[in-house]
Amino acid sequence: MQNINWIALIVFALLFGFITWLGFAAARWRRGDLDLLHEWGLGGRRFGTLITWFLVGGDLYTAYTFIAVPALAFGAGAVAFFAVPYTILIYPILLVVFPRIWSVCHKHGYITAADFVIGRFGNRWLALAVAITGIVATMPYIALQLVGLQVVIGGLGLGGEGWLGELSLIIAFVILAAFTYSSGLRAPAAIAIVKDLLIYITAFAACMVIPIQVGGFGKIFAAIPAQKLILAIPHGQTTGAYNSYATLALGSALALFLYPHSMTGILSASSRGAVRRNAALLPAYSFMLGLLTLLGLMAFALGIDKLPEFAAGFKAFKSNFAVPALLLHTFPSWFAGVAFAAIGIGALVPAAIMSIAAANLFTRNIYREFFHTKASAKQESQMAKWMSLIVKFGALIFILFLPSQYAIQLQLLGGIWIIQTLPAVLIGAYTRWLNPWAQLAGWAVGIATGTWMAAAMNFNGTFPLQLAGWTFPGYSALYSLALNLIVAVVLTPLFNRVSKTAADQTEPADYQAAS
Amino acid sequence: MDNKKRKPGNNWWYLLLLTQFVGTLWVPFYNSVEPVWAGIPFFYWYQMLMVFIGAGITAIVYFATE
Repeated sequence: MQNINWIALIVFALLFGFITWLGFAAARWRRGDLDLLHEWGLGGRRFGTLITWFLVGGDLYTAYTFIAVPALAFGAGAVAFFAVPYTILIYPILLVVFPRIWSVCHKHGYITAADFVIGRFGNRWLALAVAITGIVATMPYIALQLVGLQVVIGGLGLGGEGWLGELSLIIAFVILAAFTYSSGLRAPAAIAIVKDLLIYITAFAACMVIPIQVGGFGKIFAAIPAQKLILAIPHGQTTGAYNSYATLALGSALALFLYPHSMTGILSASSRGAVRRNAALLPAYSFMLGLLTLLGLMAFALGIDKLPEFAAGFKAFKSNFAVPALLLHTFPSWFAGVAFAAIGIGALVPAAIMSIAAANLFTRNIYREFFHTKASAKQESQMAKWMSLIVKFGALIFILFLPSQYAIQLQLLGGIWIIQTLPAVLIGAYTRWLNPWAQLAGWAVGIATGTWMAAAMNFNGTFPLQLAGWTFPGYSALYSLALNLIVAVVLTPLFNRVSKTAADQTEPADYQAAS
Repeated sequence: MDNKKRKPGNNWWYLLLLTQFVGTLWVPFYNSVEPVWAGIPFFYWYQMLMVFIGAGITAIVYFATE
């Protein structure tokens, strides 16, 4: 095992100490009554354009992204760059659809996507499906944040899987759980500011310093073998890598804002204008993600996995160790500590928001809807606080006792599952033409076929769809969503005959309301 | 600002957003090494450029539909 890097560890610990204080202090920031669920779980919907920018940016671009996307570039090359078109495409969607959703949720006091679905369609079972899908898709995502944290702890020399590494992970986790419990969404919002600034510094510094050290981008790209440098050009009766690249980008973009943590981030904005402005401002993070992806190629060009001092790290974390190794190799220890803190804190921000989002869903759409309809505001908020602990604890147990490969596979499935709520939430923001029971049937078909496609491909995201003698390798989430929509459309006239239509609580003007 | 009545025809601006979709989803257009710029293959710098173009278009649509 490599030795402990004391300087990096001390810098890391100091920054972690600072955000711990910040997380607790955040309870008093824009003070509200934390015994109300929308105060604890949405920060009182008080965040303006700038804080929303930090919060949503810190929420969507997670630590695991910063580790795994460059790792994919390191291992597989060009295909990893799909993250860039993916994060380009989320913003037109954010600009067009989500101001409507923000407005209607603000008007009716909806805290979750499932709240909206029950108000819009009046069908508690469809809302339950949306809530359960959200919770189940979120849990492996939280677990992956802990994987990101583990890799960084390994980079500090504390050992990823030994007792010292596990102890560090547990300490970080307890800090996270405690400030989330006490401050709610205000904690990750405050910490996101620190995290995002650190990440920007790291990404820009790395992309300035490394090409200079190596002797220009030309040298870096010259070291990448031709088959990794760009996508394989398809031959014969297949759309090949082109189709998988495009469908991965589009499918991931459509799925992203359906995740409960994205919804929580958006709904916590103080105005419709703040959501709209962020659609134009958030792409700054996409540029940074592109730079970080290039780090994977730089690590490859430097042959970082061949260096003896990183052998243990690569053995423990495989290509996920590429970014930490590159940072250790390039920068003085103190700056590596800053960079690791950026990634480590970058794990806590989304993990906090995800656990809050899952807790909101459970409390609002399962506990209050099905078990305790008379719950007081205080009971509701208390339930959510406990639930946020349970969700995170589950993720911790998962990471400590099961191979991280399972978390990665479940997260892939999570993307396929969450996109099945698109008809209810995204299309629901425009029309309630689709019958809720037909949507429920489509949802079930989408979940089943999507899961089957992923499992049949041994948990690879792309499925080789065969049609008319051609093969279309593409993202299973998009294919299963298409099937979901077909089922929902076909069954809608049928269900409209046999079921009576529930009232719509929302009105067309609600979707345009500025506040 | 937010309370201003929407002008009819304003919504056509949203069609501009299709640029991002076409520009990123038509992969054969940019899957090449040449033209290299500052040592960076086209595949990489084009997509990074699209981040800026996408943000610019989104900003234009934001102001046009405000």
